Amino acid sequence: MSGPSTYVPKSAFARWFESRLPIVGLVHSSFIAYPTPRNLNYFWTFGAILTFMLAAQIVTGVVLAMHYVPNATMAFDSVDHIMRNVNYGWMMRYLHSNGASMFFFAVYFHMFRGIYYGSYKAPREVLWILGVIIYLLMMATAFMGYVLPWGMMSLAGATVITNLFTAIPLVGVSIAHWLWGGFAVGNPTLNRFFALHYLLPFMIVGVVVLHVWALHVAGQNNPDGVEVKNVERDTVAFTPYATIKDVFGLSVFLIVYAWFTFFIPLYLLDPDNSNMANPLVTPSHIVPEWYLLPFYAILRAIPDKLAGVIALFAAIALLAFLPWLDTSPVKSAKYRPLYRFFFWIFVVCCVGLGYLGSQEVSDRGTLVSRILAVGYFGFLLIVLPLLGLIEKTKPIPASIADAVLVKAAPAE
Amino acid sequence: MIRFKTSIIAPAALALMMTAGAIALAEAEDEQPNPPQQSWSFYGIFGKYDQAQLQRGFQVYREVCSRCHRLSIPFRELADPDGPGYSVAQVKTLAASYQVENAEPNDQGNMFKRPGTPADLFPPPDAFPNDAAAIAAMGKAPPNMNLIAKSLKYERGFPTFIFDIFTAYQEMGADFIYAIMNGYTKPDDPTWNLYYPGHKIAMPQPLTDGVVKYEDGTPGTVPNYAKDVASFLTWVAEPTLLERKKIGFRVIIFLIVLSSLLYLTKKKIWADAH
Repeated sequence: MSGPSTYVPKSAFARWFESRLPIVGLVHSSFIAYPTPRNLNYFWTFGAILTFMLAAQIVTGVVLAMHYVPNATMAFDSVDHIMRNVNYGWMMRYLHSNGASMFFFAVYFHMFRGIYYGSYKAPREVLWILGVIIYLLMMATAFMGYVLPWGMMSLAGATVITNLFTAIPLVGVSIAHWLWGGFAVGNPTLNRFFALHYLLPFMIVGVVVLHVWALHVAGQNNPDGVEVKNVERDTVAFTPYATIKDVFGLSVFLIVYAWFTFFIPLYLLDPDNSNMANPLVTPSHIVPEWYLLPFYAILRAIPDKLAGVIALFAAIALLAFLPWLDTSPVKSAKYRPLYRFFFWIFVVCCVGLGYLGSQEVSDRGTLVSRILAVGYFGFLLIVLPLLGLIEKTKPIPASIADAVLVKAAPAE
Repeated sequence: MIRFKTSIIAPAALALMMTAGAIALAEAEDEQPNPPQQSWSFYGIFGKYDQAQLQRGFQVYREVCSRCHRLSIPFRELADPDGPGYSVAQVKTLAASYQVENAEPNDQGNMFKRPGTPADLFPPPDAFPNDAAAIAAMGKAPPNMNLIAKSLKYERGFPTFIFDIFTAYQEMGADFIYAIMNGYTKPDDPTWNLYYPGHKIAMPQPLTDGVVKYEDGTPGTVPNYAKDVASFLTWVAEPTLLERKKIGFRVIIFLIVLSSLLYLTKKKIWADAH
């Protein structure tokens, strides 16, 4: 998407068309001739996987929307109708509900890969921030989608999340009423959530286009974190090299997706959502979907409601500031031994918070949550800025080609 | 390549898991026992419903559960060959034996009842005119049964919940129904159930030995009834299970072959790049 295209139209029609709308040239320069670092590993296939998941969610979602009724008295039954009566409706629904989980599964690999290899550093700050915006939009979309089947956990989840806004001083309750379209989560809420759940994915598509654009301007980061110096030596063409690798990665990923969809479709769904929402009954144990659990654990770890909500949003918002929180000039954790150690501590904190978020509140659980939350924020706010100043990094290779050659012929 | 000090991280991760596990254990001690896992014909990759068992389960539902519990599925589903597999004629006869309220009033504007057709839903039970009446009589409204097998859960605990991913265990609901039916272990307290959350259950013991006479010679014992009705309710909640697993098996075989071919292609393409 950057620089003049190297595309040469072959037929007369292609030349005619290209001089009027150079879209073929755009695709050619973005996905065929585009140079990709030759040392990329399989963690770099998650971009393609995520693009596929977004498309899959939109396709299955549009089909489901044709049969779904966004009405508080009919929504639950309409989902049951999709499961029983619509041809392959069960498949569409299980692909969609498990697809959301797979989408997050892939995005977490994608994000942790970015953090591990320092992909957010100059000149990719805007690329990274666009990614954080996509992540936020994904969470909002997934949350609203979870409300649509109008099960017990849908209602409980919608109530808990929208109630977060009541923590805002003075205007909080008014904001919550405005969000609900009433005095509690009800039919107006369900209606607007359906409208927004249909809208937001297309906003995600828009930001993804910007994300890919920014990527193709800055070029990809790579496991060695050194910029491309010599296109000839350091890179390979996107097609066929990156394409075949991405397609292979996607195919393996689809095996996992298919396993969940066809053999354990209920594994990630809360059984309480098979009971229709009833404002008079609250589930004994409210849990969000797994991909939001770490943030839920942070929320619950803090005794004060407003402080908890601030911490919850800060935990996400801080990610956008990573390019400036990390002060080290070296990108890849491969050459940063201390950073690598703390990175895995950070991963353990995130996974631990996720587990505790799924458990019922207990004194010991809250204590461990607090320790892990300190670990989460400590990594972002203390470790990252300090490491850049004190860490002794390993020598980085002069170029990508050098790094590849070292790997191909290890020192004898 | 990711290289990190496993010597430091692994103990840290292990310690964390053990703490988490200990928390889970400490919580489990003062609660009721988990329903024991049963073996089900519909468990696993090649699992499918046992037709005779579903028919027995339906008999239990019809003769016992249906007095209080609604089942909002159409009669025609009983002809599902992957499910109970009744013949179309049998389903027609069965539907006609129920009196169903017509959706529209007659010419005089009165609602009326007529014999059911396979397209009709099972009519609501006669025991209670509405939920409020049920709550007044029993303390709780009997839940609709069409999704009950998917709506029950218990803590699988660490590490079982990890293994469940690979063993394709999805039978929590069936285990739970079986356990509840067998959980009335205090004869002097009819509202006490070993496995019901909090032990206080509004439903009096529904099944006792001999309450249903099976036609195929299966002994009429509570464990048999419980197993059959739990299977039936699992089919009710997940009627597409067999089709799903069949398609899934083909999809996964296809994807494994495709992935292998793509891997070989990738190797060949990249051979000249290194």
